[in-house]
Amino acid sequence: MTKKTKTMNLNFGPQHPAAHGVLRLILELDGEVVEKIDPHIGLLHRGTEKLIEHKTYSQAIPYFDRLDYVAPMNQEHAFVLAIEKLLNIEVPIRGQYIRVLFCEIGRILSHLLNITTQALDVGALTPSLWGFEERETLMNFYERVSGSRLHANYFRAGGVHQDLPRGLNEDILKFCDDFPKVINDIETLLTDNRIFKQRNVDIGIVTKNEALEHSFSGVMLRGSGVAWDLRKSQPYECYKDFNFKIPIGKNGDCYDRYICRVEEMRQSIEIIKNCIERMPSGPVKSIDGKVTPPSKKDLKTSMEALIHHFKLFSEGFRVPKGEVYTAVEAPKGEFGVYLISDGSNKPYKCKIRAPGFSHLQAMDYLLKGHMLADVPAVLGSLDLVFGEVDR
Amino acid sequence: MSTAVNDLERVINSSLTTTIKKSKINFDQLFIDVDVENIISTILFLKTNEKCKFKQLVDITAVDYPQKENRFKIIYLLLSHENNLRIVININIEDKIIVPSIAKIFPSANWMEREVYDMYGIIFKDHPDLRRILTDYGFQGHPLRKDFPLTGHTEVRYSEERKKVISEPVKLDQEYRNFDSESPWKGTKYINELEEKNKNNKD
Repeated sequence: MTKKTKTMNLNFGPQHPAAHGVLRLILELDGEVVEKIDPHIGLLHRGTEKLIEHKTYSQAIPYFDRLDYVAPMNQEHAFVLAIEKLLNIEVPIRGQYIRVLFCEIGRILSHLLNITTQALDVGALTPSLWGFEERETLMNFYERVSGSRLHANYFRAGGVHQDLPRGLNEDILKFCDDFPKVINDIETLLTDNRIFKQRNVDIGIVTKNEALEHSFSGVMLRGSGVAWDLRKSQPYECYKDFNFKIPIGKNGDCYDRYICRVEEMRQSIEIIKNCIERMPSGPVKSIDGKVTPPSKKDLKTSMEALIHHFKLFSEGFRVPKGEVYTAVEAPKGEFGVYLISDGSNKPYKCKIRAPGFSHLQAMDYLLKGHMLADVPAVLGSLDLVFGEVDR
Repeated sequence: MSTAVNDLERVINSSLTTTIKKSKINFDQLFIDVDVENIISTILFLKTNEKCKFKQLVDITAVDYPQKENRFKIIYLLLSHENNLRIVININIEDKIIVPSIAKIFPSANWMEREVYDMYGIIFKDHPDLRRILTDYGFQGHPLRKDFPLTGHTEVRYSEERKKVISEPVKLDQEYRNFDSESPWKGTKYINELEEKNKNNKD
């Protein structure tokens, strides 16, 4: 006769190196097998949505850098697209190209961090050292264009803040030539690595249907074989002009998701190259003086420009009444902004749809029946950043 | 894309004639209004109908309009991958009305409804696990309601005497200043009058 044993409760986090931030998991274990997971989130909740309601539209942009702080400009992008839709203004084509350029750099930033920390979680140290070196180069590009490595605050409603500094394009092109070799190097360490495969193949399998049911997006969806990428299926900005491929997984396990991310980095490099080669000249932000502040040069000579400058930085611009939902394909999945304007200079409501929120929610479903050691592996492949999950 | 949205509007309006209160297309997106009693049947229809196939719930959120009779508006965002379409479903409810949970239809609604409950205090019926999600353990109030102050009611600090983190009423050295930057001359009289006139003409 066997006696029924009690399950053990284990507290994982809130401070744990494999939690990728502040996540508390309450695990219910039967021996080493996971029976139930209850993630407790909100430890990094800063009330972003409430704060945005009290700021003018341009003051709200920096909050988006602080959501997914691994790929800041992709978040800003969703917000400025929403404002532009409500304002009904056009972005000059050069502005669009610069935005795409930096969104793709953000994608590489995010995937590099995810791939290498996932490897770190399952025991490989070297990839993260190599990956972080490249991330530093990319963040230098961020710094040269916006003045800051992480919290860029570079996108504006109607375009971007400034034109690219001289010589940046050449340096990015040089990076594009060198970087594929680094991807290959990282791949030689991981892709056929026995330990890496043992820890990732057939772990955290998601079927096509379940991925849809659980509101997955981005790589989590594509890893399960759903051909869906907002850059292709609902093209925003000038993504229509670019030719790139969308990698799709077959088995929907952690390993497929890793492969997808590696391939996406290669595709991003292609987009960046294309973008720089075809970058047109012209203004980088809308010429609508009611939205875009005047140039410094005009400020010294024109009274009108001075007034506009003052009004735009005190009152801000007013956005016509309306509601709109815009979504972008952020590195982690569909990042959306539901923006409601009441016609004033501040958003009435700004709901941020973060992809990680739905992904983390599925932890219980993904890990039921897996071993305790698989928890960090799955957590790593979900690609979570708590800035966006907790908001 | 706009023709697809128009087709969708026609399909939905013809099959759900009794439940749809209003439908409109803005920025190539279809917005529909339904009653709170019909929310389950509407979402179930949109998910399973052959022509709709909205198989993914993107998000659930709410908006607070304290002056209106129906204080809260709940917003459901659905996405159909097969038809490449989005739909926004709105329900308007009074304060303290209980909303049926759709967690049985979409498992991902679980946390989304928890967030709406946490932020707005809207209760969902038959929800498997309606706890707070983003705010601190033991938090009071619902922060995204418009009558909740930006600074909150309590602040936490580590107390050296009691050797633990304690929460106390907020003490501000300087009162929160909400600048009214809408100066008199942007809203000068003639612009206000002009706007008023335009509004009247539209009505």
